[in-house]
Amino acid sequence: MDVVETIVDIPTVIIRVDECKGCGYCVEACPVKVLVQSKKLNIKGYHPAEYKGSGCTGCGVCFYTCPEPGAITVIKK
Amino acid sequence: MAKNRLGKSSAFYDIYERNPSSDKTVTHYCPGCGHGILHKFIAEALEDYGVWNRTILLSPVGCSVFAYYYFKVGNIQCAHGRAPAVATGIKRAHPDSIVISYQGDGDLAGIGGNEIIQAANRGENITVFFINNAIYGMTGGQMAPTTLVGQSTTTTPRGRDIYNEGYPIKIAEIISILESPVYVERVALADTKNIMKARSAVRKAINYQVENKGFSLVEVLSPCPTGWKMNPVDAKKWVTNEMQKYFKLGVFKDVGKERKSRKVNGEKVPLNKVPDIIDIPSDEKKEISRIEKKSEEKFLKRIKIAGFGGQGILLLGVTLAESGMMEGKNVTWLPSYGPEMRGGTANCHVIVSNQRIGSPLVDWSDILIAMNRPSLDKFEPKAVPGSLIFYDSTIVNRKPERNDVKAIGVPFTEIADGIGSTKVLNMVALGSLIRFTGMLSPETLFEAQTRVVKRKEFLELNKRAIKAGMEFIDSLKES
Repeated sequence: MDVVETIVDIPTVIIRVDECKGCGYCVEACPVKVLVQSKKLNIKGYHPAEYKGSGCTGCGVCFYTCPEPGAITVIKK
Repeated sequence: MAKNRLGKSSAFYDIYERNPSSDKTVTHYCPGCGHGILHKFIAEALEDYGVWNRTILLSPVGCSVFAYYYFKVGNIQCAHGRAPAVATGIKRAHPDSIVISYQGDGDLAGIGGNEIIQAANRGENITVFFINNAIYGMTGGQMAPTTLVGQSTTTTPRGRDIYNEGYPIKIAEIISILESPVYVERVALADTKNIMKARSAVRKAINYQVENKGFSLVEVLSPCPTGWKMNPVDAKKWVTNEMQKYFKLGVFKDVGKERKSRKVNGEKVPLNKVPDIIDIPSDEKKEISRIEKKSEEKFLKRIKIAGFGGQGILLLGVTLAESGMMEGKNVTWLPSYGPEMRGGTANCHVIVSNQRIGSPLVDWSDILIAMNRPSLDKFEPKAVPGSLIFYDSTIVNRKPERNDVKAIGVPFTEIADGIGSTKVLNMVALGSLIRFTGMLSPETLFEAQTRVVKRKEFLELNKRAIKAGMEFIDSLKES
């Protein structure tokens, strides 16, 4: 994952769009509401979760509510 | 635990190669399924405790039957409900391993109800994760033992009725009243707080096994959006609002601190002592050479008999195998047929040899007996060059195409009709086979008949059929 290295704004959350099934658990659970359900569709036809781009506190709640092993990665610091 | 990064655990495979689906990066679970969350907690704990490389995970029957696609640990998929018994065996044979039994409500509370109670009562040193979603998810939403009162499923369309189906089973309570278990807790994959509690429970249960404390069970209330016909977020709320009302969350038993760690007897029994312990003749090689000496020449006939159900294919195979056994040969008999009593395809594999037989499967046949056209079409290409093909020239309307095999057309059906019953065509085939090959003596065959044929009134008719088959071969040889 080369993308990870280029992230400057930390903490942050990385979503692998095509692994997301759009269940919405992370969007609902995020305490600071920085995740939204994308208007776009991924390759499977789901509306994946999307990070607004700022405001992540790195709490990891989205990671633990997400049923997909690899869809969400949280970088704390 | 301070981790800078929360991501996919290394106890998962990077790519799920075992998954036959085209996308090998995601699980097969539906959006919002609780299995994925629990999988993550287990994988994370195994990684953090550094035990994933000595863990054996038992997957059940249910949606999580394919857990072995994902976990980079030892995996076994158990018969329905039998995971605790399998876990017992594995843990006792490999006390160093971490054995995790992952079961759903149909598996653990339904068909495997007694297994889990007995394993818990013995205090087996294993960890059980019981995922309770109050429904049979994989099979399409039927009532489970844990379905809530009033909950409608495909088998309780008007809702679960206590006078007809009783109350939902409370597994955590049942297990916790037993003396042996160390740790029993019920958690829910619902709101964030409870999800984090579930995570701690998973870690604690695995840790108790690492410390050799004994049996622990975590019941996990889990959303099944597909089975409940809800969207995932509503399903989560339903866990909180409905399931938690009946299934109370909390620690039902935790005596991990008081219990001493078990002594693990790590002494391995050397392999050469095993025959003594289980009392089998250890000089097995001698035994084999004795059998093989009977005839110096290697004798091996791989026979495939194929036709449609009702032709007596299997009985033909049984008679052949029984006769071979009576002549002191090693034999195998492997039937393969459809669910129908009559019609459908039937075939059986018979091997007769004076050597040890490795596998009962006959992929390549030395002798093929084809009782109908489709059988000949299907198995002719799988005959060994130089082998024999017997076919029923009455109903097979073509000759074998290959010229590197010996094909013998015998009108089995016609001969059998001539004797008085089409039913005995299998015996006609048997007679012609042994006459042509000389692999067994007719007397053995008659004797074997009396053992395998249940209806004794057919014995005489069968004998005549066998003789008729033999006579036909003789007439071929003369001409």
